[in-house]
Amino acid sequence: MSLRIGIDIGSTTVKVVVLDEDNKLLFRSYERHYSKARERACETLNSIKELLSGKDVKLVITGSAGLGVAKAGGIDFVQEVYATAAAVTQYYPDTDAVIELGGEDAKIIFFGGALEERMNGSCAGGTGAFIDQMATLMNVSVNELDALSLNHEKIYPIASRCGVFAKSDIQPILNQGGRKEDVAASIFQAVVDQTVAGLTQGRELKGKIVFLGGPLHFLMGLRARFVETLHLDGEHAVFPEDGDCFAGIGAALCAADYADHPFDDLLRKLEESVDAANTVDTMPPLFTDEADYAAFLTRHDANHPPEADIHTYAGDAYLGIDAGSTTTKVALIAPDGGLLYTYYHSNQGNPVAIVLEQLKEIYRLCGGRVTIRGSAVTGYGEELIKNAFSCDLGLVETVAHFNAAAHFNPDVDFIIDIGGQDMKCFKIRNGAVDSIMLNEACSSGCGSFIETFAKALGYTIADFAKIGLFAPHPVNLGSRCTVFMNSSVKQAQKDGAGVEDISAGLSISIVKNAVYKVIRAASADDLGRHIVVQGGTFHNDAVLRAFEQELGRNVTRPTIAGLMGAFGAALAARDLHLEKSALLSEKALHGFTHSAKPVTCGLCTNHCSLTVNQFDGGRKFISGNRCSRPLGKEKVELPDLMNYKYKKLRALEGRGSGSGVRGRMGIPFGLNMYENLPFWFEFFTRLNFEVVLSPESTRKLYIKGQHTIPSDTVCYPAKLLHGHVEALVEQGVDAIWYPCMSYNNDEGIGDNHFNCPVVAYYPELLAANMPVLKQTRYLDPYVGLWRRKDFEKRIARMMEEEFSIPKKETAAAVRAAYDAYDAYLADIRATGKQYVEYARANNMPILVVCGRPYHIDPEINHGINDLITSFGFVLVTEDALSHLEGYESRKVLNQWTFQSRMYNAARYVCTQSDMQVVQLVSFGCGTDAITTDELRSILEEGGKLYTQLKIDDINNLGAVRIRIRSLMAAIDARKR
Amino acid sequence: MAELVYDNTGRLLFTKEMKEEYTLLVPQMLPMHFAMLVRIMQTEGYKVEMLNTTGKSILDYGQKYVHNDACFPAILVIGQLIDAVKSGKYDPHKVALVITQTGGGCRASNYIHMLRKALEKADLAYVPVISVNLSGLEHNPGFKLSLGFIRKAVFAVFYGDIIMNTANQVRPYEVNPGDTDRAIETCMDFLLSGMNEGKGMTHKSMIANFERIIEVFKAVPVAGEQKVRVGVVGEIYVKYSPLGNNNLEHFLLSEGAEPVVPGLADFVIFKIYNRDVDVDIYGGKWIKQAVCRIFAGYVKKKQRAMIDTLKRDGRFRAPGDFDDLHGYIKGYLGDGNKMGEGWLLTAEMLELINTGVPNIVCTQPFGCLPNHIVGKGMIRKLKDDYPWSNVVAIDYDPGATKINQENRIKLMLANARALAKTHEEAPAAGACADGREPQTV
Repeated sequence: MSLRIGIDIGSTTVKVVVLDEDNKLLFRSYERHYSKARERACETLNSIKELLSGKDVKLVITGSAGLGVAKAGGIDFVQEVYATAAAVTQYYPDTDAVIELGGEDAKIIFFGGALEERMNGSCAGGTGAFIDQMATLMNVSVNELDALSLNHEKIYPIASRCGVFAKSDIQPILNQGGRKEDVAASIFQAVVDQTVAGLTQGRELKGKIVFLGGPLHFLMGLRARFVETLHLDGEHAVFPEDGDCFAGIGAALCAADYADHPFDDLLRKLEESVDAANTVDTMPPLFTDEADYAAFLTRHDANHPPEADIHTYAGDAYLGIDAGSTTTKVALIAPDGGLLYTYYHSNQGNPVAIVLEQLKEIYRLCGGRVTIRGSAVTGYGEELIKNAFSCDLGLVETVAHFNAAAHFNPDVDFIIDIGGQDMKCFKIRNGAVDSIMLNEACSSGCGSFIETFAKALGYTIADFAKIGLFAPHPVNLGSRCTVFMNSSVKQAQKDGAGVEDISAGLSISIVKNAVYKVIRAASADDLGRHIVVQGGTFHNDAVLRAFEQELGRNVTRPTIAGLMGAFGAALAARDLHLEKSALLSEKALHGFTHSAKPVTCGLCTNHCSLTVNQFDGGRKFISGNRCSRPLGKEKVELPDLMNYKYKKLRALEGRGSGSGVRGRMGIPFGLNMYENLPFWFEFFTRLNFEVVLSPESTRKLYIKGQHTIPSDTVCYPAKLLHGHVEALVEQGVDAIWYPCMSYNNDEGIGDNHFNCPVVAYYPELLAANMPVLKQTRYLDPYVGLWRRKDFEKRIARMMEEEFSIPKKETAAAVRAAYDAYDAYLADIRATGKQYVEYARANNMPILVVCGRPYHIDPEINHGINDLITSFGFVLVTEDALSHLEGYESRKVLNQWTFQSRMYNAARYVCTQSDMQVVQLVSFGCGTDAITTDELRSILEEGGKLYTQLKIDDINNLGAVRIRIRSLMAAIDARKR
Repeated sequence: MAELVYDNTGRLLFTKEMKEEYTLLVPQMLPMHFAMLVRIMQTEGYKVEMLNTTGKSILDYGQKYVHNDACFPAILVIGQLIDAVKSGKYDPHKVALVITQTGGGCRASNYIHMLRKALEKADLAYVPVISVNLSGLEHNPGFKLSLGFIRKAVFAVFYGDIIMNTANQVRPYEVNPGDTDRAIETCMDFLLSGMNEGKGMTHKSMIANFERIIEVFKAVPVAGEQKVRVGVVGEIYVKYSPLGNNNLEHFLLSEGAEPVVPGLADFVIFKIYNRDVDVDIYGGKWIKQAVCRIFAGYVKKKQRAMIDTLKRDGRFRAPGDFDDLHGYIKGYLGDGNKMGEGWLLTAEMLELINTGVPNIVCTQPFGCLPNHIVGKGMIRKLKDDYPWSNVVAIDYDPGATKINQENRIKLMLANARALAKTHEEAPAAGACADGREPQTV
């Protein structure tokens, strides 16, 4: 038999393998292709020409980016999972599963019986590219990240769904002084969770597992996380020596089924296909010529602050610090806004050290001439820096940016700030920040994203941006989250797009993301007429140009676009009009020390991950807390209806007024049970069942059921149900009651009264995907509670069939259950009213949290209610107010009971001067794609502010804090 | 020019006057079915066009004017309509847009409202929107679904289904490329000219037409061995619309597979049946149930006639009827599972698996709510019950790249071929040893 060649072309690397007749490895290579996959493969083949030239060989291509190459060159192709399986079967025949991570792919292949394979779908991030991105974020190489992870002490929970989320989880940990070692290990753990959660989909990973692909080949820390998480021993965790090019080996093995060709012919085909015409989706260039570009530069460079020189200046000065997520910015200004000193640098994961160094430098430059009369700090690290250096004021980013923008354009009505990690945009209405839009969903196509790409393609960020300016045909890369963009880039590379066109395309994508994904504007007029752009990313002329082109109008970019947060903070410090700043003196800085230690707070079920920062002189700062208890203060208990409801519902277990003789009926505490539990509790206890509730939701409970979740894009509240049901089975209940409900109660305030499809039918999904339910009686019939008489008849029949309960008994229980439910609703409404009265008596603002009943679960909302009340609000929920308004037709089909309540609550809030709304939205909630727009328009037409808080499985309250503080600032501004 | 008239909720109406002056634009979903429906509407006196447009601007308009978290079909359908209005081909003041509305608990019932919001954003609020639905939502004086139209529409559904079914079984094997498409044209021509003359609208003549259609496709010269059959199921828009599924049928053909696409009739019966069974589950008026049953019975009779005609002839694979599909669902989903495609989607997969098509592409828009349950949510159980089943779930959305989708489908095909091979070599071995041998048809 002839020699067999397998070429595996992945998203970032090319692997070439040559096998001889006895499956002996004659050659193997693993090289990054920097988007030149075909060229790289040809070079490698040329380098081993001696071995192959003149011979007939079998050559097969595989890999996620190999399909196009194979097609263009007319070369045989095998699907990469298939190839991998072939290699594994050859070398490790008793394998049960393969876990393979590549640059952008993650796969699990299950062996045993029929071959089953799982690949990451269109939403998945935790792969090699993700690790690269995280390493960049931490300013270490991937190998250093690996080394760090081996010395971890604790693991932080980091979002495992998508790289974007992970980034926003990691940043606060770093900024608050978390250890790099711990963060590194946590990143790897996130990859493991992503793989296990996203790909097992109802099948357990057990037995002998082979680990393949580059990241698992090179990163020992990642291996360790996998082995530990899956509880594997040495015998059951196999890391093959050539694990990085196994798909290539598999392709070579598969080649046996294909025809022989002269090697030189094949090489020629491959080389010629390099020049094949491309069919990339392209857009017009950013700049047509140099003159065009020069005019653009002149226009923008005119927006600069007054000149000032610290070396000659004498007088008062004000300090502003922006401790951003990736960068730290410092501005020292004269009273007229003249810039005396500026600093802009990556914070390298340790903002305290950077600020310390900068303060020393500023004091040195100031000499005796300049007096700092005020200091203010803003940004992610605000609290830490404020406490470390005793700054006079901490202010929320949005307000800092508004201050700065108004300095350059007093008429500003729209501000967009794109930084390294985050994107903020907001409107200015009546002199206050309004309608804040942050990129917390799935699209932080921000600065660091371009930077990672630039690095991956072998450029510095500045050079990378520059080559895009005059790119003739920028590639259209779509406008979704970065993970999608990664694969769009992959496709463009496959189609032969050049680096300059990709660079320009990325700039345009980021802009499209901001405009269509975050802001969701239909036209430039939607944003405003006086737009100020800020943030480091807008220093990139390609991004700025793309933004202006997309909007079709000119915008203002101050020359200090990257420093606006710090500049705005300095202006705020100036406006404090202090006699003397409390900022640490030059002398005090010399004795400054700082250390940080992670701790888990055990004072309540929130189990906040705290970071305890110690400074010199016994000064201490604790971050990560949601309430004041870990700070040694009593928790302030303001009226909080979420908390009230939660406690009330949790108490609904046991025998109630019955004897419990009919057995233990388990009810999973999730989704619509948060609404219907008072009904079912009364119903079953009246029938003499003992009601057993599943435990309170925790992350641990979620992980317990994680391996049975079939759809990784469903919302977190639904995913939690798997853990609840596992727990009920463990509790040994006699039956589990979880009925399907297409319809909810009809409260007469909507066009219909559906549940959303997930809430309605999740019981059936659990039945089909949870093997434990084979052990327990699981009742998931269809019921409809809104037709009380009909329901009574039907449930009586059902109870007779299932439990031989006389129909009369059931009928009585039904009536009692309806009474109990009505009483529950009445109580919520009465308590809500009481809270509102309390607020009014004490002159406190009221925040109406609009969400679903299950959003009161602390594991779902991560303690947002505590955060809200800690800011001095009285909290009530939508269901306490919705009955105060009647039916009104909406511009959307108002067909879901829970959602109808939100519309009505919002309408009521519009009539009350001391109420504002925040909407809780679970990530992945399809119905909220409709409700958010409608709720916003109800509130804005009613002259109210609209604040949306997106929540998912990770508790990062940073974005929530920004929104609530901005809301508070806006409420204040409106009062004035 | 027609005056703009609004109802008391402020909805712009499609007036009788407009019927004379306006052109109705219909987005494309099922190319054959909709083409026929459009021709029927024309005979009812409407000026109407189905949009066959493609291209990037559709997606651009969709993303510009529709909430980005909305489902992909909404983005495409609305994008296609707005793209057409803005194309310059029509006078924007003389067009009305037609959109279907199913009226269930899924987000899809909101498409029409999203379309209106989009039109407002695009400064096209003066363009009337017509809802086509069987739920009695939104009346328009200038647009009425007459009983005669509904009857013709039902016929069109079956003609569309049988043409799609037979064409799919011929196209992969046609000797002269283009023959199948020409056969489709032939059928459409005689069906439509017949309809125009009032022919083909009785049960008997319908059967004659079915036979004639079968004959037309039988006449197409074919060659080659049986190819791997691949079932296509999913959310109704991305399942059928080439625009929505990146031309999935074409891709499957190019990969040497034979696509098997279950027809539209079951969906129609499903939506009627939902109303019927709701009365059983929750209670309600018997008269409502009786009307549903009469209508369902009427459509089912047509379906059986189509299937019987196919079976009688024997040349082509005949699909199961609605009751067959319904029979499969026991132990999987309840009758009350009705939002979106509901239990029908799972039933279609089961029917395919049980009739020798275990390889299935389950299409869905990214984050599709009902498909979490009835699509992705059932694959695990299918695999448990039918170890040789080979279902791949593909997400479609504006950001999903074709290469990722194709790669995953290729994987399914590679697996399909391997399974076919094992099956040939050891028919009773391994996975199939539990007695539930897949039938080959």
